[in-house]
Amino acid sequence: MTTPMLATTKLTKRFEKRLDLAGRLAARLGANVKDEVVRAVDAVDLAVAKGEVMGLVGESGCGKSTIGRMLAGIMPPTEGAIFWKGRDRAALAGAEAKAANLAVQMVFQDPASSLNPRLRVEDIVGEAPLVHGLTTKAEAGDFVDQTLLSVGLDPAVKRRYPHQFSGGQRQRIGIARALAVKPEFIIADEAVAALDVSIRAQIINLFADLKAKLDLTYLFISHDLSIVEHIADRVTVMYLGRIVESAPTAELFANPNHPYSVSLLAAVPRIEDRKRIFHPVKGEIPSPLNPPPGCHFHPRCPHAFERCKVERPALKEIAPGRVSACHLNDKAA
Amino acid sequence: MTVPTLDIVDLKTHFFTRDGVAKAVDGVSLHVMPGEILGIVGESGSGKTVTGFSIMGLVDPPGRIVSGSIKFKGEELVGAPPERWRQIRGHRIAMVFQDPMMTLNPVLKVGTQITEAILAHEKVDGGEARRRARESLVAVGIPSPDERLEAYPHQLSGGMRQRVAIAIALVNKPDLIIADEPTTALDVTIQGQILAEVQALAKRTGTALVWITHDLGVVAGLSDRIAVMYGGRVVEQGPTDDVLERPYHQYTVGLLGSLPTRNKRGERLVQIPGMAPSLLKLPVGCAFQARCPRADIACAVEPPVVRPTPSREHRCAHPHVPVMRAAE
Repeated sequence: MTTPMLATTKLTKRFEKRLDLAGRLAARLGANVKDEVVRAVDAVDLAVAKGEVMGLVGESGCGKSTIGRMLAGIMPPTEGAIFWKGRDRAALAGAEAKAANLAVQMVFQDPASSLNPRLRVEDIVGEAPLVHGLTTKAEAGDFVDQTLLSVGLDPAVKRRYPHQFSGGQRQRIGIARALAVKPEFIIADEAVAALDVSIRAQIINLFADLKAKLDLTYLFISHDLSIVEHIADRVTVMYLGRIVESAPTAELFANPNHPYSVSLLAAVPRIEDRKRIFHPVKGEIPSPLNPPPGCHFHPRCPHAFERCKVERPALKEIAPGRVSACHLNDKAA
Repeated sequence: MTVPTLDIVDLKTHFFTRDGVAKAVDGVSLHVMPGEILGIVGESGSGKTVTGFSIMGLVDPPGRIVSGSIKFKGEELVGAPPERWRQIRGHRIAMVFQDPMMTLNPVLKVGTQITEAILAHEKVDGGEARRRARESLVAVGIPSPDERLEAYPHQLSGGMRQRVAIAIALVNKPDLIIADEPTTALDVTIQGQILAEVQALAKRTGTALVWITHDLGVVAGLSDRIAVMYGGRVVEQGPTDDVLERPYHQYTVGLLGSLPTRNKRGERLVQIPGMAPSLLKLPVGCAFQARCPRADIACAVEPPVVRPTPSREHRCAHPHVPVMRAAE
């Protein structure tokens, strides 16, 4: 097997809230207070091959954005390693580390809050390549023009500020900023969630065009399954910090294995289903502060049995290129 | 013939701002029969929310209803005195908003907020109000309702809060509920739960429902009829299946075409070029003409309402003819 472009092993992120002085005193006196620990991402193994579009789906609080941020280098992992083209990113130094970091860029959900409102578009897009020596001061103007053209914006608008653009155009600026440092890997975190339906199609097409033109690899994080189904080659489903299933897109949508994937796919309203009777999943999404033991999904799972309550199911290969974390697969075998 | 629960004729709600007149709602006609679910679909700025606010009499200056009529069970609401509005609002017509944190008071217990809605309209004692509050929490599928009555909104999850907001809307057994993007902020599995409850409730109680959303998938599954809005006007309406399968207006065609599920995996999505016009600078005639491939000189005048069949209507000078589509 070829080395994946970006891979993680046992990637974990814990957010801890330590007790303050009053809390510690109360604990000393026997009160039932403890440090609060959220396992936002819990020992995740993920691998994305070059040229692939990996879809990462899940509901709020499942840790999908946290993974994106760790991969982009915005947030350090608590445990585990991130491998860039087979090499541990933490072990890289100097120019190599810089190149590896620049090669992974992120596009955010809300272009309004991820673009500096006080900078002109030319500075938003042109600042990073200048700092990193990808262009010179003299050529920066042309460089910005080219980058803006590549995302379908007229270079004539580069003197404007972000608030002078519509939502779709702002998202194009966000994409241009990511592309300006010539990345190989783009992490799109809910990049089209805030856009209207007709504008959304334009931006999804832009992502597809850029991938073909610039030979990019994507991690496409979204809660919208219909978009992921359209754009992704493989899909990874997460629930409360863990991967529950990962499979080629067509196989996952045709035949989901994990009970959570099944209910997630069933819950998506589709235009093909008229006047349907909704059969919802029971129960709430548990708090990540206090997740259920064993398989996180067992309180909501229609097939749960004793083992699910005590033992965390491991991700096992169920077919070539498909993994799922469910005890039911052992039962059937 | 039964009287429609809601009958809007040529409603115009305009906002008089410093930068000009924003025609947020510009000649909307809609009706909803008892027990019927009407889905209003549109993108941001299409006027769907202002339509909902107009029905509730919640349009604040600089906006006002310029002309048109809103009849609720035969009674004219445009120009009704504030006193009458107060009797109707929250009692006969209720509204559910997108963000439940906006509608729930953070410093009052859930139980207090629900009983308040009852006591504002009826003379009942506290015990009876509380019993009905509990009943309505059960109706929207909230587990352990007695505990929830004592909870504050921040102690509930997003899905639970929205259920409480729906419970408040339901508690007086209104004839009409206006729901403005009520599931947009929720996760899909939770959205599925809410849709299931609402569907069952509408069937059980015969309440008419106006469901405002940008998500065609939701209305396809939920509503009996849909109205598609663009640039302050209803460009197309009719029975859900009929509109989704045989759209007349090019905007509906484009909207349906741009959905990922309607396209082949991996291929380019069909996209509508350009973007929605500003409500301050709507073109004369059809608001969609700048983005429409079929537009010509005929679109420069305001398109009249055309009724190709008794249940369908659209506002397009060059409608897609169903027969033509079949031949394509």
